[in-house]
Amino acid sequence: MHPAYSVIFFTTASGAGYALIFLMALFAAMNGVPADPWFGAVGLGLGTVLVTGGLLSSTAHLGHPERAWRAYSQWKSSWLSREGVLATATYVPLALTFWGWVIKGSMDGTFSFIAAVLAMMCLLTVHSTGMIYATLRTISAWHNRLTVPGYLCFALLSGSVWFHALAQMFGYQTPAVALVVIVALFLSFYIKRKYWRSIDTQPGPSTPESATGLGDRGKVRLLDPPTMTENFVQREMGFSIARKHAQKLRRICFFTYFLIPIVLTGLTSNGEPWLAIPGTLLAAISVSVGVVVERWLFFAEAKHVSMLYYGAEAA
Amino acid sequence: MTLLPPRPQPGDKQLGLVIDLDTCVGCHACAVNCKEWNTGGHSAPLPDHDPYGSDPNGVWFNRIHTFEAGQGTSSRTVHFPRSCLHCEDAACVSVCPTGASYKRDEDGIVLVNEDACIGCKLCSWACPYGAREYDTDAGVMKKCTLCIDRIYNENLAEEDRVPACVSTCPASARHFGDLNDPDSDVSKLVAERGGKELMPELGYKPVNRYLPPRAAKKDQGPSGVGASLPPLVDLAPDGDSKFLRWVDRVLSR
Repeated sequence: MHPAYSVIFFTTASGAGYALIFLMALFAAMNGVPADPWFGAVGLGLGTVLVTGGLLSSTAHLGHPERAWRAYSQWKSSWLSREGVLATATYVPLALTFWGWVIKGSMDGTFSFIAAVLAMMCLLTVHSTGMIYATLRTISAWHNRLTVPGYLCFALLSGSVWFHALAQMFGYQTPAVALVVIVALFLSFYIKRKYWRSIDTQPGPSTPESATGLGDRGKVRLLDPPTMTENFVQREMGFSIARKHAQKLRRICFFTYFLIPIVLTGLTSNGEPWLAIPGTLLAAISVSVGVVVERWLFFAEAKHVSMLYYGAEAA
Repeated sequence: MTLLPPRPQPGDKQLGLVIDLDTCVGCHACAVNCKEWNTGGHSAPLPDHDPYGSDPNGVWFNRIHTFEAGQGTSSRTVHFPRSCLHCEDAACVSVCPTGASYKRDEDGIVLVNEDACIGCKLCSWACPYGAREYDTDAGVMKKCTLCIDRIYNENLAEEDRVPACVSTCPASARHFGDLNDPDSDVSKLVAERGGKELMPELGYKPVNRYLPPRAAKKDQGPSGVGASLPPLVDLAPDGDSKFLRWVDRVLSR
């Protein structure tokens, strides 16, 4: 699949944003972080900027962004519609939580409940984005049980490292936050490794023979494509990356989203602020780079069955 | 509405195409006629960029591939027209967030409502057959309409109320009809020739059927060449002819 930068930006930014808001809201609801209005403003603010930037970017790339409101209508059948509904609805508890935390300066009582609702809605929104990809039967790399957990884990990872960095900047040394980061790192590593192994070894059920119905005669291969130049389907679905380039990028991905952050977090999170603040900030930046590479590979390594008509031997 | 209609019920019409891979000669006339017909009508106009230049590209609803089926001397060149198969379980319909992609209850045709389409392209990701293309000029998705503006068009003579591709095929390789009616011509053709579904393992329940190339006749090659001619004369042992035997030999070369 063609790795469109707008989609990569949208999924990584909104994933990180929703996860950051999720953690802020969850920790606040459980009184896990002090109700410091500045911390609330920066944390929720950063999360909002990431989410809104991502949503606007993906809307701007539509053929008809002015009709985007129509996308709220098909929530009964379409995960993309559900994502739109949930993303928009999440702004309500987000605004209320922001008001309670930053303006009123207290996260008790009703606001605690609203923060819990906010956390839930962030989770549901990110889940529905992952389901858009996981429900596509045409892309066997995505149509499996690892896609949604992987998507959720990488969102949690990218949000938690920023939550951790911000907490350190504001002087909070909650070990629970560092624990969330470590757990997210290991979960993401485990799922991604399983995912990569599965796409390397298990091709999808479709072949050029099943795509053409000519399998009774033996092997089917393309002699002539329909046109001499590429068409929309080939541009959108036909991207492929050489194995050795993919392996190189996977290594870069591993270093940036896992190895560097785990070393930095492990070494610095319990240390003095002059160490912990740059340490956790670098870890956050490293994860952000790693998640972009991971998402790029997620698209680039995905094969679409329509390419079986254009010379692909497997999908 | 992107909820698929509850079908097929018995008696529901399911219009579709049957494409005969045995007789298709790969002339692309169907693709060209489709493109021409859709210069006006339901999905018009279709983009056609740089048509005489070095990088022509545009939207076509019907595209003809050529495959080699089999290997070596038993292989066969098969021309393969590919367009929307108007699936019963069309994921392109259910993933659409705006309801622009829909399947008609009355005849099963899958269409795009171009006034509602936002051009998100998710339907093209959901289509295994590459049937949907994005019109960069109009900002919407387009696909085979099964010539809905022809088949019910009272301004056309009755015999012309078939899809443009079907009417133009010089090899009579394309057929149109109700595939849910076991007595229709197309259904009989599918039953007789063993019409195939494409990628049935994905569960889209495509409606169009592809008739596979017929098996070669005995002692002929796959395309019929190489049959030995029957002897010209019956040469009795006491019979004439050195001359006739010579004629026979020459004509059997």
